[in-house]
Amino acid sequence: MVSSGTATVTLPTDEQILITREFDAPKHLVWEAWTNPELVKRWWHAKRGEVTLVEIDLRVGGAWRYVMVTPDGLEVGFHGEYREIVPNERLVSTEVYEGFPDGEALNTLTLTEVDGRTALEVLVQHSSKEHRDGHINSGMEPGMQDAMDLLEEVAVSLR
Amino acid sequence: MARAATTADAFNAVAEPRRRQILDVLAGGERPVNDLVALLGLAQPQVSKHLRVLREVGVVDVREDGRQRLYRVNGYALKPIHDWVQGYERLWSERFDQLDVVLEELKDEEGESDGE
Repeated sequence: MVSSGTATVTLPTDEQILITREFDAPKHLVWEAWTNPELVKRWWHAKRGEVTLVEIDLRVGGAWRYVMVTPDGLEVGFHGEYREIVPNERLVSTEVYEGFPDGEALNTLTLTEVDGRTALEVLVQHSSKEHRDGHINSGMEPGMQDAMDLLEEVAVSLR
Repeated sequence: MARAATTADAFNAVAEPRRRQILDVLAGGERPVNDLVALLGLAQPQVSKHLRVLREVGVVDVREDGRQRLYRVNGYALKPIHDWVQGYERLWSERFDQLDVVLEELKDEEGESDGE
């Protein structure tokens, strides 16, 4: 099995999270794995539980909803709506973490293929820093304050 | 009570934008307070107040150097914050490792149908 590396998470602004990763596959296959519910069920769990529901109505204005159940029975749900769809290249959708329903994010997936490999980028745009922190913090102790502008500058020395 | 919370740990101490700016500057190397005043355009009492908060949670250390005091970042105290983002990064890394498996299968399937 080919592992193409780890995900990189950065925080470009107070309201954003950027996740990047390269895959050893052409972009139409990454798109397929990202938008086919049966395939999403197989990777989205991150080995932290079972994905019990994946609904994808892939058209502008269409809804999506993912639900995962953790081994200790905790149900975690996310849902949203598709805003922009460019097959194999770009997918813009809203996202609400159901444990934190006040914070709606706008996610932009971008796929760029070079020599059969695909660079994947997910930009998560929140309406406020508090919402973004709630997002990163989902599943962790609530109420933690932010610190993230530091990450690139300071914490990089810890790697 | 609210006051105690603002300085209780590294997370709260660096939630203040000015304090993050101070850390950004100190990340480049140790500095006397006057440098921070000049670089950030803040009044010295303000900078000193922020430095006190950062020192209380251990994020900033200080040492005497002749007549001046030099401040520096203590990276170890920032580790909980680093770990916090790392946790999120790990979630996505594990997700993408699974996605790699799915993609390998899709590639195989595509290869087979191409061959027919």
